[in-house]
Amino acid sequence: MNKKALYLLLPGLLFLAAFMLVPITLTIASTFVQDGKLTLEGYLHFFRDGYFNRILLTTLRVSVVTTLVCMLLGYPAAYYISRASARKKSILLALSIFPLLTSPVVRSFSWMIILGKKGLINSFLVNIGLIEKPLDILYTPTAMMIGLIHLFLPLIIITLLGVMENLDHELVRAARSLGASPFAAFRKITFPLTVPGLIIGGILVFVGSLTAYTTPALLGGKERVVSTFLYQNAMTLNDWQAASVIAVIMIVITFVVVGLMNAWANRLNPKG
Amino acid sequence: MKEGNRALSLYTLLVFIFLLGPLVIISITSFEPGTVLKFPPEGFSLKWYRNIFEVSAFMDTFKTSIIISLLGNLLALLLGVPAAYALSRYRFCGRDTLNAIFLSPVLIPGIVLGFTLLRYLIVVYGLPIYAGLLIGHTVIMLPFIIRVIASSLENFDFAVEEAAQSLGASRIYTFFKIVLPNIRSGILAAILIAFLESFNNVDISVFMTGPGISTLPIQMLTYVQNYFDPTIAAISVILMVLTAALMFVIERLMGFAYFTKR
Repeated sequence: MNKKALYLLLPGLLFLAAFMLVPITLTIASTFVQDGKLTLEGYLHFFRDGYFNRILLTTLRVSVVTTLVCMLLGYPAAYYISRASARKKSILLALSIFPLLTSPVVRSFSWMIILGKKGLINSFLVNIGLIEKPLDILYTPTAMMIGLIHLFLPLIIITLLGVMENLDHELVRAARSLGASPFAAFRKITFPLTVPGLIIGGILVFVGSLTAYTTPALLGGKERVVSTFLYQNAMTLNDWQAASVIAVIMIVITFVVVGLMNAWANRLNPKG
Repeated sequence: MKEGNRALSLYTLLVFIFLLGPLVIISITSFEPGTVLKFPPEGFSLKWYRNIFEVSAFMDTFKTSIIISLLGNLLALLLGVPAAYALSRYRFCGRDTLNAIFLSPVLIPGIVLGFTLLRYLIVVYGLPIYAGLLIGHTVIMLPFIIRVIASSLENFDFAVEEAAQSLGASRIYTFFKIVLPNIRSGILAAILIAFLESFNNVDISVFMTGPGISTLPIQMLTYVQNYFDPTIAAISVILMVLTAALMFVIERLMGFAYFTKR
């Protein structure tokens, strides 16, 4: 390896080694040791525990729904933006980036105002007489999903937009000139070519929802997901062994999901 | 076709109402004169904006957030600029791997990173909490700094640098006189993006609080769990104005192309 390059890279590498790699490796190692013996007890204990399995299941369910809804809302919107006039496109792009850069605390908090017992939705429904007692929406998995969809929708729109911008429109025009209807051209050309982007966007949303802390902490109430459960074990219960096990489970799920979906996206689009 | 277009634009409109509506609502409720958040508000008052300045915890944590983000940014630049330069300038084996390593902090779940830093930096290495906070923020800023600066180095022609060196300029001199000025806007954009990333961070900061040490987002989280008055709405508005201003500058510096790249 080039010596000059090495000297320039070294400070950053050492920093990451000391403050990321070592702490994470030690955390992973610590989960396999109990009372000085190598054991899987930490993990077995967790998966035998119905409570943890329920949390894991809630987390996966919330993340899957969030990802699917984000795809459903984001794809058409991104398609529309990609076909819009330059001026409209830049406005809509800016309007998508703004929420992305806005604090997750602010964005989750805004949903507390909307979903709460005296919130916007409930007071509206009570006022028009549709319901008598306010619905419990806030502090449920549904509230988490809504908050997470709101959190990650801009991300998938922007990712898809990047893919759609790179799409060769000559292909679509060629299909049209050969007699394909607009819908057929979309179905046969645009959609297949943008599916890898949809998968990449999906990975970002899924992994993001799986590991998000702020939104479930604010909108989930007592309802736990793995990230808030990790925090609770570490900071409230002071059970660092349990927190470490959860941390490792989160890392493993993240890497498995990213690896599988990346492989899938690459297979659909070998040129990457 | 026309029908389809109209349906699609209506759909997109609804998507954007969903995306931006809550932010508009939070802004409007911040002017509520009463003590409970309501929509629509029952009048107009700026008293909750005043309250931000009267609750000292908000001002203190705001200061901490700014200082940590700026110091962390500086550290991340010191570590990241040389790395980004080496990764763009030289071709060597293992370059892709190294690139991946430098971007890896975004792959590790933030909450996991926060916890491991608490467990090892603070407890095992014995660092003070403030230092842990700073280091944690530097770790998460590093990938953003490297990615943005590396992408602006892609547009830089290293032949210019070689020309200067062949004319007798030293390495250091050419770096500061030729390379840096050419990627100045990329560096500024990297600083702003990393700043926002750090300033808004919860996942690391939530583990790095101690007596008298906390950041603004953590203070906001704690406040919301205890009170439900319009103070947080008022802070939210101020933060959104700040975000919009920084976003405008980022757009001026390098456009929005960075965001659509994955």
